This record gives sequence, structure tokens and C-alpha cells, in this order.
Amino acid sequence: MNVAQLTALVVEDSPTMRQLIVFALSRIKNLKVIEADDGVDGLKKLSSGKFDILITDINMPIMDGLKLVSMVRNGDTHKGIPIVIITTEGAQEDRQRALALGANAYITKPIQAPQVISKVKELLKIA
Amino acid sequence: MSGQTEQDLAKILRQSAESSERLLKENAELRARLERAESAAGKAPQDYVELESRFHALEGENREFANRYVEIEEENNNLANLYVASYQLHSTLDFREVLQIITEIAINLIGAECFAIYLVDDKSRTLAAVASEGLDKDKLPKMALGQGIIGKVAETGDNHFGPEDQMNAPVNPNEPFICIPLKIKDRIIGVIALYSFLKQKTRLASVDYELFTLLAGHAATALFSSKLYSESERKLSTIQGFLELMTS
Repeated sequence: MNVAQLTALVVEDSPTMRQLIVFALSRIKNLKVIEADDGVDGLKKLSSGKFDILITDINMPIMDGLKLVSMVRNGDTHKGIPIVIITTEGAQEDRQRALALGANAYITKPIQAPQVISKVKELLKIA
Repeated sequence: MSGQTEQDLAKILRQSAESSERLLKENAELRARLERAESAAGKAPQDYVELESRFHALEGENREFANRYVEIEEENNNLANLYVASYQLHSTLDFREVLQIITEIAINLIGAECFAIYLVDDKSRTLAAVASEGLDKDKLPKMALGQGIIGKVAETGDNHFGPEDQMNAPVNPNEPFICIPLKIKDRIIGVIALYSFLKQKTRLASVDYELFTLLAGHAATALFSSKLYSESERKLSTIQGFLELMTS
């Protein structure tokens, strides 16, 4: 049986965090992962393809995660895409703002692979 | 009695005898079936008990497999974290980038909030902070080897772990909760001092200790080689400049 391929976009400026998230997501079957360094790069990649989920850090140079969430929700393509934000426990204000701007869920640092996997599966509605 | 009647009677008697014989046979067959059924019914509870015990045994095995699966899953995640940490540490020869990667590992993988990286100055035999998070690097005191927790760890090469109930005690720059030596074989080039952790980090997991061990070795090698590389690059450009001056 052919299962539809899903694509996730991971926007994170820290290579360590990005590799960790990609590592975790690689364990979800039929999920292709594309990486972006910051919000601008993320938006560019979003406009050039079809994505099923967006995972983004909040604190990033050039364009931060909050701006990215806002631009995605007010844009033409991907306005309904599920968005997961990554924050630190202390950044409660950022988290509230991101959720108010339209993010669907959040993950706090230090991140754990099972946490990332279950959140993404839940939003993609896959077992 | 007429002959006809006798014949009829004989026929009826024969039929009756045949019928009785058939009934007796059926009766015997039924009795045998009943005996078989009774014997099977007697055995059933015993089979049931056996099946039940087998079911419980399988249930136990299943639980064991589920627990083992969780353990392997955890181990798998830990290995992934360790792999990412070591891969990133050796991904660059830029000293500043190595410091940044150590910082990222401490925040994102260990969950540290306040920490500092100290390096040993061989000439003055002191330790000075080269990077910090949650603390002002310039305000962190210089330590002589052997002085305080940081100095002792840098001198002896032994890890320092504070009592777990003081994990998020107020930060004292002279008394880190955890202090790990940065070692290349027996040579200690510095220490990582961790003072406090993110709010949700309430205890240290086994993978944290593995990460500390990994940091002690890999971060030391990465810092040392990147420092050597930048020094050699600097020397090379000086020599090149000198040669250009001589040949021009």
C-alpha cells in the first residue's frame, strides 16, 4: 500500500538543536524533513514547496519564530499548517504570544525525542 | 386363528423385534456418546486452568517485552543525543564556534541555565572564563589551580557533583553545582562549571552523566585543536606577510 509522503520544515538556527530534531523526526515513517536556518530561510522554503508541519524555534537571528508564525498565518500558502514552537521554560511570554499568533503546540528545552515525535504525530494525525 | 392373521402377527412381531433391536443399538450408541461427553466435561476445567496459566505467562512476557522496549527506546534516544553532541563538537575548527557548540549542548541537551567554561593558562597556572551563559563572563573570578571547587577540579581532574537537593540553589560563582574537567588524556585544559538548571530540570538523568563524560573528553579535544588551528593560521599569515615583504 502506498502511504502519502509528509513533509516537515524545521526552522532552527542552532545546528545542534536542528540535528537533534531531525534525528527524532527521522523515526517517523514517511516523513521527509527539510531544514532552515532562520525565519527568512523558513519562509523561502515554505513558499517553494508543500509542507505538512512546521517546527520552529523562537529565538533566531534575522527573523525570529514569532514573526515567522505570524507571517505564515497571515500568508497565502500554508496558512493552516500545524505549527510547533520550541521554547525554554522561562520564555513563558514568548510561548503565550506564539500560541496567540496561531501556533498549535510547544515543546520546551531540553528537548526529548519522544516528546517531539508524539507532538508531531498528534498534529499530523498519524499513529 | 387363520393363516393370514398368523402371518400378520408374525410380521408385526418381527417388525417389533427389529425395532427393539434398533432402539437397543441406538441406546447403546447414545450411552457411549454420553460417556464420552461426560468424560470431556470432566476434563474441561483442567484444560481451562492450563490455558489460564499459559495466558498469564504470556501476559507477563508481554509486559517484560514492553518494559524492555521502553528501556531500548530510552537508550536509543540517549545514543542519539550523544551522537549529535560529539558530531557537532568536531564539526568545526573555529574556537568561537566550538565554545558556541558546548554552550548549545549544555543548554539544549543537559538543560543548564547558568554555566561557564574556564580554560587553564599554563604560564600563570590560573583559570579564566572564556564563555558563560546566565552569568557575566567578565565578572567571573580568575581561579588559581587548586583554589576552590573549580581550581581543585582543574588540578585533580576529578568530577565534582553537588548534592541533588541543591541543584537549583542560588548561584555562587565560586561554588558550581557540577564541575567537569576538560581533559585530553591526563592533561587538563580547563573545566565546565554548571551553576543552575532550567526550571523543568529537577534531577540528573543517566544520560546527563554520559554527556558530562563526553564533554570532558570531546569538548577538550575540540577546544584544543581549534585553538591550535587558529594559532597556526595566525602564524602562517604572519610568515606569509613576512615572506611577501622580503620578496617584494
